[in-house]
Amino acid sequence: MENNSIQVIGLKKSYRQLHVLKGVDFEVEKGSIFALLGSNGSGKTTIVKILSTLLKQDSGMAKVNGFDVAVHPDKVRQSISLTGQFVAVDEILTGRENLVMIGRLRHLKNPHDIAKQLLQRFGLTEAADRRAGTYSGGMRRRLDIAMSLVGRSPLVFLDEPTTGLDPEARIEVWKMVKELAGNGTTVFLTTQYLEEAEQLADKIAILHEGKIIVSGTLAALKRLFPPATVEYIEKQPTLEEIFLSIINPKNEN
Amino acid sequence: METTKNYFLMDTSVMLGRSLRHVFRSLDTIITVTIMPIAMMLLFVYVFGGAIQTGTPKYVNYLLPGILLIAVANSIGYVSYRLFTDVQRGIFERFNSMPIARSAALWGHVLTALVSNAISLTVIVLIAVIMGFRSPAGVLSWLAVAGILAMFTLALTWIAAIAGLSAKSVDGASVIAYPIHFLPLISSAFVPTKSMPAGVRAFAENQPVTSFVEAIRALLSGQPVGNTIWIALAWSLGIMLVAYVLAMNVYKKRKA
Repeated sequence: MENNSIQVIGLKKSYRQLHVLKGVDFEVEKGSIFALLGSNGSGKTTIVKILSTLLKQDSGMAKVNGFDVAVHPDKVRQSISLTGQFVAVDEILTGRENLVMIGRLRHLKNPHDIAKQLLQRFGLTEAADRRAGTYSGGMRRRLDIAMSLVGRSPLVFLDEPTTGLDPEARIEVWKMVKELAGNGTTVFLTTQYLEEAEQLADKIAILHEGKIIVSGTLAALKRLFPPATVEYIEKQPTLEEIFLSIINPKNEN
Repeated sequence: METTKNYFLMDTSVMLGRSLRHVFRSLDTIITVTIMPIAMMLLFVYVFGGAIQTGTPKYVNYLLPGILLIAVANSIGYVSYRLFTDVQRGIFERFNSMPIARSAALWGHVLTALVSNAISLTVIVLIAVIMGFRSPAGVLSWLAVAGILAMFTLALTWIAAIAGLSAKSVDGASVIAYPIHFLPLISSAFVPTKSMPAGVRAFAENQPVTSFVEAIRALLSGQPVGNTIWIALAWSLGIMLVAYVLAMNVYKKRKA
């Protein structure tokens, strides 16, 4: 019956006088990567918080995996996982302990095995028994995302997962997101980087002044604008490309 | 609702394990909480004690109950602090988006306060024994003392939870500890209330800490406890209930 992981109709939310969401509508197809684009303060995080049951909307309807977030928040929580805008790892615990803790809280049978697999998959095996407080920013974000994958929720929210990461770590996160979607997980991504949406998303929605002003595939969005004119420009490598090829000569991209 | 309720104990024990690790990995907190009261005990017994007339042969016997309560009061600032960092770092957000018992995260912190206080209070009692503290109290009386101290800890911890959850800054989170530090000083913990001027004395004799001090002192010195233990219990239950409701309110409001 449901082909959508998320269905949002007429969602409104205000903080006192500030009308953040003024009637937001969108749908996210099962198994796809959906990117919500918007500048800082446009309300992306508010949408994520409503969909992950942390915040109640003022009006409108939001269904996640077929459950109304306002009516069955507990059902919703069982089928999602959230990686918030700020890395939420326990810095006093080791990487392994963080993962085992989440496994236990999700009432899984073998949290230690799951932790081990995830540590390996995210390249954290060597650092597994060090406190997360000693990790670099990129490692913390990886652990943070790994913690969201414990229990294999069918829908994962990533709220600005690459903000504050260096280019190398950003590419790692992108790779992980693609892998996730490859395994059938639905990914809801918010970002302020246009390139990120372009790289990852099957469908993109742009949130501006409280409403979704456009949404569709990248190709569809491109069609909204006048056709490209052909110009000849000498291709200069971007600073990012230079940086990446210097620190990692094997990586051509 | 059903699924989350069934897991309440399990979730709380995971949370307890987590925050106990925090305590044991930052031993400085336990040390501060233990050393400050020991320093006060040394100061009062060996410096001021000679000048204080309590009517008991050994001042350390008179003093210990108050020192134990001060140690508990000292420790609650850390509860606020740990809760505040969980809120700040988004850890609570992560927990709240998961299918776990709602209050488990809070209970984990509260139970941790009980365990860490049990450790520091034991150390303080041992030091007091070295300093000459002796008690005719039997096992039952000691258990009663432990119970009163646990109730006192629970009551104060829930107050600390309100502060930790609603604070806007680290300083705000731990400021709650200061007024609570003062209560034992204006009670019969260090000197008998008889020596105080009427107004102060009325306050000292009727504020909650005095009933705890008196109940513990009576139990440890083998005197009849009378009403004090019930007054102390009533205070702790009352405070705990009000603080628990307020703390849960703040906790739930955080999401709205």
